[in-house]
Amino acid sequence: MTKYAFIPLLPLIGFIITILFGARFLRDKTHYVSIAAVFGSFVLSVNTFIEVATHAIKTPLYINVLDWIFSGTFKVSFGLMIDPLTAIMLIVVTSVSLLVHIYSVGYMHGDTGYYRFFSYLNLFTFSMLMLVTANNLLQLYFGWEAVGLCSYFLIGYYINKKSAADAGKKAFIVNRFGDFGFGLGVIMVFLYIGSINYVDIFANVNTLAGKTVSIFGSEYDLVTVISLLLFCGAVGKSAQIPLHVWLADAMEGPTPVSALIHAATMVTAGVFMVARFNPLFDLSPVAMGVVAITGATTSLFAATIALVQNDIKRIIAYSTVSQLGYMFLACGVGAYGAGVFHLFTHAYFKALLFLCAGSVMHAMAGELDIQKMGGLKKYMPVTFWTFMIASISIAGVPPLAGFFSKDEILWLAYNGGKVGKLVWIMGTIVAGLTAFYSFRIVYLTFFGTFRGTHEQEHHLHESPKSMTVPLMILAVGAICAGWVGIPSLLGGSNWIGEQFFHGVFKHPHVTASHAEEWMVIAISVIVACGGILVATYFYFWNTELPKKVGAQFQGIYKVLWNKYYVDEIYSATIVKPTFWIANKILVGFTDAKIIEGIVNGVPKLIGIIGDKLRKIQTGYLQHYAVGMAIGLFVILTIVLISGLK
Amino acid sequence: MVPLNWYIILSAVIFMIGAAGFLIRRNVFIMLMSLELMLNAVNISLVAFSHYLQDLKGQIFVIFIITVAAAEAAIGLAIIVSLYRNKQKIHTDEIAEMRG
Repeated sequence: MTKYAFIPLLPLIGFIITILFGARFLRDKTHYVSIAAVFGSFVLSVNTFIEVATHAIKTPLYINVLDWIFSGTFKVSFGLMIDPLTAIMLIVVTSVSLLVHIYSVGYMHGDTGYYRFFSYLNLFTFSMLMLVTANNLLQLYFGWEAVGLCSYFLIGYYINKKSAADAGKKAFIVNRFGDFGFGLGVIMVFLYIGSINYVDIFANVNTLAGKTVSIFGSEYDLVTVISLLLFCGAVGKSAQIPLHVWLADAMEGPTPVSALIHAATMVTAGVFMVARFNPLFDLSPVAMGVVAITGATTSLFAATIALVQNDIKRIIAYSTVSQLGYMFLACGVGAYGAGVFHLFTHAYFKALLFLCAGSVMHAMAGELDIQKMGGLKKYMPVTFWTFMIASISIAGVPPLAGFFSKDEILWLAYNGGKVGKLVWIMGTIVAGLTAFYSFRIVYLTFFGTFRGTHEQEHHLHESPKSMTVPLMILAVGAICAGWVGIPSLLGGSNWIGEQFFHGVFKHPHVTASHAEEWMVIAISVIVACGGILVATYFYFWNTELPKKVGAQFQGIYKVLWNKYYVDEIYSATIVKPTFWIANKILVGFTDAKIIEGIVNGVPKLIGIIGDKLRKIQTGYLQHYAVGMAIGLFVILTIVLISGLK
Repeated sequence: MVPLNWYIILSAVIFMIGAAGFLIRRNVFIMLMSLELMLNAVNISLVAFSHYLQDLKGQIFVIFIITVAAAEAAIGLAIIVSLYRNKQKIHTDEIAEMRG
């Protein structure tokens, strides 16, 4: 077996060991097995990344590891595809996963489900690695569903909490909507290309161009239909409008889970998938436009919600939705490289934000409301400084990671024609909002005076080493991750865009001049700093102001506070009618009358027949003997008569 | 020389006596004896045909039937003895526990 196969396999082995022996034997030592497994695949991933980056192996590399389904022309293997996109995803997944595993040792210490937590994390890591290394659509789909399943397990990790169980169900059910489209997309690909292996799809994708498909009597462009169906899955998994509702509720899970699954890895699977199928999406301007507009709208939408929320994890969750929108915006204007670059930097600063929030929660005994925090700076310096770095990074201040990737996206969007200009404007506004809400958390949490109870204040402490060390490592990532993509204008070489992704993605078309590039950079920096300054003014200098502004614009405030009433709308239009159908038709009629009618009717009928037949069995020997004699007589008669003829 | 049909008539008469006895009598012992009568009626006709056709196969069959009948009688008597020990009854009218 090839060494690359061990990248996903090691976490699977870790999962099997921890789930089987965790409860009895490993218990509070479970993390040794889990961390060792993830560390192994991290080392292999780094090795793979170096091989790809130095061109030591020819990419894309397709390896079939195990035959899976062989039926007629339908051939699927468990296999691997190694190319720069896979390599960078491997780095993101294994490094963040490793740090989150280490962080969880401190965070989950003493929890009753300690072994369960680590085995789920391992299972998740395995699934995610299957997803990114897949060399065919079915394996991608397998990973896609498996990460969704692990997400469900981990959101509902606190099994005694009803809200957590509900949030898990919500995430799973909302994702069904997207995955339904995704499944149809996979089937369409198989129908029209005749294979679901990437190598065949990429070789034959151009034959799809110009074909149409008839749906309910009207003709549609085939590529657009397939792309949009696949994008449906991405919308669900990456929490874009209109399926974004699950991500904020997913914060019910333990914080390390939010950092790993709902910030750095699983939710970016949608972006990864769109980037992976860039040859397909490139063929359909309509689909590209939809991707760009969906991304930009979601980005703006989520950023505005994040402005007024008070739950620290929910703000960061909406921030994640917003940044994922940014990535789709990039993909939609053809800047897949920039989108994946942002995915890469975002993984570090967003995981850092979440883990810092976890550290704060740890100190605050589970308190999430930032209005009840304040002045934590002097109690937890490491958390404060790392959170500060992450906030500066996400705000897009040079020279931290977030700046380079965000700037790359905005610059390429600026070059992307009319749609590009529109999404550029939206993206720039979002950049300002992002800076504002990020620093709102910083000021409300770490500055000012403590607003919680006395007990909480007494309990405040810096988190243990196992938690702060991953924070510091991630902070280095949040600072440096962007340096692989410094644009040539600022003296870099944009290594990731120009060299690393060379051949994977088409080069985006750049028409604007250097002066305009300076302008785009200047605007995004000014907007970011402006956002930070406004936040400083609102929450540091003039702390009475937010209340006044809130009162002034009560209508808007209320809409934002209630997240545009999307949950309420879904509840009225989808959830309630579904329940009505379930209760009145399925439970009340189909189940009670038809299903139970059949289920109870069959044995009842048999009972009636049996009741009549049992009279024959009288228990008298002579009756049976007479029966035998008559039977023998009848048979003999028949034989003789038919013998005579 | 006794003709063949005499034997057959004898066999049929004995068989009918056996069958009627089995169906009519209620005493288990008598029923077992009736069963033996039926078997031996068959034996008679087999021996008669064997002699008539000058073929020994029929007589071999008779030996088999006697063997089976002996086994059947042994088991049947054992059942009746244990039935009697348990129930103190040997009339089939009184033994109808298996009624449905």
